[in-house]
Amino acid sequence: MATYASGARHLTQSVKSLGGFVVVTLLTFVGLMAITFFIGRVIPIDPVLSVVGDRATQEQYDAAKIAMGLDRPLILQFVSYVGDVFQGNLGQSVSTNRPVADDLARVFPATLEMATLGIMIGVGLGVPLGVWAAARQGTWIDQVIRVFALLGYSVPAFWLGLVGLVVFYANLGWVAGPGRVDIFYDGLVEPVTGLLLVDSAMVGDWDVFWSALDHLILPAAILGFFSLAYIARMTRSFMLDQLGQEYITTARVKGVSEWRVIWTHGFRPIRVPLITVIGLSYAALLEGSVMIETVFSWPGIGNYLTVALLNADMNAVLGATLVIGSVFILINKISDVLYRVLDPRSR
Amino acid sequence: MSTTKDWLLDDSPASRLQANLGSSYRMLRTLMRNPLTVIGALILLVLILAAAFAPWIAPYSPLGQDLGARLLPPSAQHWMGTDELGRDIFSRVIYGARITLMIVALVAVISAPLGLLIGAISGYFGGWTDKALMGVTDVFLSMPKLILALAFVAALGPGIENAIIAIAITSWPAYARIARAETLTFRNSEFISAVRLLGGSHFRIITRHVLPLCTSSMIVRVTLDMAGIILTAAGLGFLGLGAQPPLPEWGAMISRGRTFILDQWWVATMPGFAIILVSLGFCFLGDGLRDALDPKQGGKE
Amino acid sequence: MTGPLLEIENLRVSFPTPKGRVDVVKGLSFTLGRERLGIVGESGSGKSMTGRAILRLIRRPGRQSADKMIFDGIDLNSLSEKQMRTLRGARISMIMQDPKFSLNPVMTIGAQIAEALKTHERLARRDVKARVLEMLHAVRINDPERVVGLYPHEVSGGMGQRIMIAMMLIPRPDLLIADEPTSALDVSVQAQVLDLIDELVREKGMGLILISHDLNLVARYCDRILVMHAGEVVESCAAADLHKASHPYTRGLLASVPKMEETRDELPVLDRSAWSGT
Repeated sequence: MATYASGARHLTQSVKSLGGFVVVTLLTFVGLMAITFFIGRVIPIDPVLSVVGDRATQEQYDAAKIAMGLDRPLILQFVSYVGDVFQGNLGQSVSTNRPVADDLARVFPATLEMATLGIMIGVGLGVPLGVWAAARQGTWIDQVIRVFALLGYSVPAFWLGLVGLVVFYANLGWVAGPGRVDIFYDGLVEPVTGLLLVDSAMVGDWDVFWSALDHLILPAAILGFFSLAYIARMTRSFMLDQLGQEYITTARVKGVSEWRVIWTHGFRPIRVPLITVIGLSYAALLEGSVMIETVFSWPGIGNYLTVALLNADMNAVLGATLVIGSVFILINKISDVLYRVLDPRSR
Repeated sequence: MSTTKDWLLDDSPASRLQANLGSSYRMLRTLMRNPLTVIGALILLVLILAAAFAPWIAPYSPLGQDLGARLLPPSAQHWMGTDELGRDIFSRVIYGARITLMIVALVAVISAPLGLLIGAISGYFGGWTDKALMGVTDVFLSMPKLILALAFVAALGPGIENAIIAIAITSWPAYARIARAETLTFRNSEFISAVRLLGGSHFRIITRHVLPLCTSSMIVRVTLDMAGIILTAAGLGFLGLGAQPPLPEWGAMISRGRTFILDQWWVATMPGFAIILVSLGFCFLGDGLRDALDPKQGGKE
Repeated sequence: MTGPLLEIENLRVSFPTPKGRVDVVKGLSFTLGRERLGIVGESGSGKSMTGRAILRLIRRPGRQSADKMIFDGIDLNSLSEKQMRTLRGARISMIMQDPKFSLNPVMTIGAQIAEALKTHERLARRDVKARVLEMLHAVRINDPERVVGLYPHEVSGGMGQRIMIAMMLIPRPDLLIADEPTSALDVSVQAQVLDLIDELVREKGMGLILISHDLNLVARYCDRILVMHAGEVVESCAAADLHKASHPYTRGLLASVPKMEETRDELPVLDRSAWSGT
């Protein structure tokens, strides 16, 4: 009976916090749209002028302005902008002459593929390094890992990309150069998921698969290095917190091996906060891909954004900003929820 | 010597001066004990000296072209080689320190006080003021900074001033969050009530009592953020949205050198080393400051 | 079983401070048989560090040294960290202060107790379970089957400490160190927990070192008493002879203990000038 009542209370609480969460997330999205809308309206270039051209008469200009809805109050313009966005209408790209939404859907998987491999590398190396540094706090190993991680905060991504290309592609020849796949494999595999590794593996075209991996590994490793830096630092500080706890001493008193003290008693409790950290760095990788993609001519959303920037293709810029921002917010919020759901102490 | 030291480390200081000097001395010792912090401070000292005395240090003019000496590899005459217009890269890197220092200083001067003020007001007044201000802050915080800065620069037009504004717009929210959290911890404390009882206005309480208490964690955070600011500025420069040629901005220099990266590697690589060095300096110093000023966060002893 | 269980000579523990290394334990010596020894002192007197130093668990940047540290004929100083680990838990065990912090919050109670056993003995899973349940029963936990599946935050402080005792006694050690085992508990359960420790220790013929700030409590549960002050032993006597204590610090401590059936207007405060300096 008592358990039933507490279960019900727990459920209403979850529903309430879920409701609050949805509201906050929606507000954040509206905030994001407000910012992109604002950026779209304060640009010095007159949006009407870019449509009708310089030699339009005043009448043509006014007609176009009304047709574009720019004569209405800002708040109404914003409402219709939000409506458009929710219908997936992000406007027409000037440089590709296609709807921005279609362009983004086409380029996004390439970024996703790179960021996903990057985060795998970052987690796979960052977590053990962070734990190792914490276990050897204050020794030279700790300092070396610390400097290595701080490099991840200090090295420009685009520079590391260039140096990586010079060293591993031009000089050593270990990896393939810029681009997503060797040119003669391009377009051989019909995109299903848009993730080239998955698509080629599904149809069993291993030549394409290896070529794609060859192209992917260097940019993904460089992206991974940046998430490694963040993950290792956070892991270290979480671990230090844990290793100072009294129950770690208890475990040592029991005669438990140091390995078990660190991984079972120290590491297990930090898995949950680490999920948040990993979520955050995954989101940050999507952002970091802008620079890397530019250097590696990777046909993803970052490259799309920079090309649009250079062409002053404002619809494309804002559309890409909106999509990257949305994914960023979404990952942030999801890792937030996961944290609350998974922590045994909050149950 | 040892008596001065004892005086500084006295557990029960006799005067406020002794207490202040004592705590500064202890902090300095904590800072000096970590070699990385010292290295960081030295790097930044070198940066400031390089920026201040650029005309005396740089062997050549940063803008003077010499088409006869194009793309020369590093040598005794040109320590870092020359670029595609025959300009000495070392001289340009030295002058670039000025630009970097200016960007960093301006962003800090704009965004830190802004964030500090918003956070302090938000935490101090609470209620709807807090909800509204923190709502806006959170929207900015949950947005990717670089992308946002890119979009702002795209709207404002390329250029170093706009780059600085865009970076400042994207970096204040983190400071607002910190200032609010700090303010909340002592908002209801006795000494604030005491000032209020004495008739201190909200303005006076915030400026004289709340803000000073937030500054130490703010300094730590700003120092740690400097590396990110430098990287963002360089990134904007690299994409052609920040400092415009012929300004010797490091990111823009890398961008120019990109064309020759396979044959003349030094053109793009050298400015990168400068960026890394300076960013690392800020990271080292920020890390050390955090350990010294904010013992609950950093390395426990 | 002839020689003493534990022999310690000139034990020192030091920690760095801005003014240089400071000894928190300054040359402690004592011998212990299969008896109950109480170590008393105010906070900061180095009594807890003594307990940890016996297990060689002083963490960096702290340092420990001793001229002699012999447990049951084994020279603890000369053991490698690995050999030391086979001793910890199995031969020497320690009950810590507050079960709220000393039990792992994300591991079930059953798993934590079983770990203490499995670290030192190879047993089938069924035997481990049986031993855990038996041990929980021994520390007066009524429904051990349910308790093994709980997390530490789901039990009370008194029960947490009994679980701690079960965990530390399950590998059947020869020496038990109890570091302020009841100071985090409600007064009502303190006696229960101490009686339990006392009973189990007597039953198994173990040595006990009871570390506490509470002079009365130590006098009641121990055979012999060491009084520590500022890292040094200032008094060593049989519990029964405590009232004959000679050192002014001990006398001061005794005088400031309130008694039943007395009428004193004011409890005396320790007069620290009496034993000058230190």
